[in-house]
Amino acid sequence: MEVPILKQGEFLIAMFQAALSDADLENLRRGLLQQVVRFRSRGVIVDVTAMDVMDSFASRTLREIAHMIRLRGAETVIVGIQPEVAFAMVQLGLTLEGVSTALDLEEGLAYLIEKSKIAD
Amino acid sequence: MAKRESSPKDSGARNNQAPELASSEAPSELLRELVAHLRQNRTQLREEWVGRISETRLLTAMTKEEIFAEATSVYDSYVEALETETFEALQAYARNLSERIIPRGVETHEVVGIVLLLRDVLARSLFAKYQTDFKKLNRILDAYEPAANRIANTVAVGFVQERERVIRQQQEAIRELSTPVLQVRERLLILPIIGVIDPQRARQLTEQLLRGIRTNRAKVVVIDITGVAAMDVTVANHLVQTVEASRLLGATVIVTGLSPEIAQTLVTIGVDLGKMNTVGDLQGGIEQAERLLGYKVMAVAEAR
Repeated sequence: MEVPILKQGEFLIAMFQAALSDADLENLRRGLLQQVVRFRSRGVIVDVTAMDVMDSFASRTLREIAHMIRLRGAETVIVGIQPEVAFAMVQLGLTLEGVSTALDLEEGLAYLIEKSKIAD
Repeated sequence: MAKRESSPKDSGARNNQAPELASSEAPSELLRELVAHLRQNRTQLREEWVGRISETRLLTAMTKEEIFAEATSVYDSYVEALETETFEALQAYARNLSERIIPRGVETHEVVGIVLLLRDVLARSLFAKYQTDFKKLNRILDAYEPAANRIANTVAVGFVQERERVIRQQQEAIRELSTPVLQVRERLLILPIIGVIDPQRARQLTEQLLRGIRTNRAKVVVIDITGVAAMDVTVANHLVQTVEASRLLGATVIVTGLSPEIAQTLVTIGVDLGKMNTVGDLQGGIEQAERLLGYKVMAVAEAR
């Protein structure tokens, strides 16, 4: 299942669906990187509210996406991690180091807007 | 086993639940005779038993009168269980007795000890009574021993079960009153932790906190561990995990009230506290949280 990438002003929003294969994640990574360049976006929000499982591949891909997008000069924020998922992740040692996180889409947007204000 | 040699006929049958005895007397008849004997000598045997109890220094938490009263009830229940060969009444009594004596600090070995003492006292009286008739003594003991062992078993199991029930109940009570997640300002939660943290409670704490972050849309959480006396590796790691999990939900955690002892332990055992944001006391933690959230608290009038 493709992950839809929405453009919202200066930001891109990627909405995860419940079950994603590894190939879907690869596609998402490629898509996001291309579009960040194309739209000259300043920030990316990855919404994982629908995910009730986060395996090591998914979490590594998220981290890589965030780091690659930073190299492109944009910020990434992961939003909507469920409490149970968060707890399972830290127990597995998947802590998304160096990646910003926020409670939900609204918070994520507020965070990015704040960030770009500081940058201006 | 002298018994087995003396009556080889019933050795094969003993595997059965109710051994058929070679003689004309059925086991139930023997038991009836036994019960009659115990009833007849009730006063004397009971006193002997109580004497043995205080001699061996069991039940030191109870007074002599109490021991005597309980001993009487136990004795009667014991004889009744032997007579009717039903253990429900005895089981209920054992549970009831345990309920009364557990809060007074009576230990498992004491309860098992007194029941075994009673068994021995009664067995001695049987030896004395039938010492002239060895065969009869054997048959009586064949009837008595399984029943007596079962009684001892019933009482001990009843006691342990009651104890476990009390422990479970207390654990639940502690769990229920253990962990409030409180909102002190918009988007600021505090989680005061008091007492001993075991892995189960730590897990529950984390779950509650994460849920609280979600429902209150918290951005900053102050975890206050002033009331935690000691911390081991497991709990410390759990705390680190909680901090990380909270961050995944977009909340910053400030840990306050680390005592010097805990700080020393954590450094000694090498827990990675680099990711943790710590402040000396709860007040400082809340002040820092307010700064993070952009609050500024000031006095509007001079305090009197």
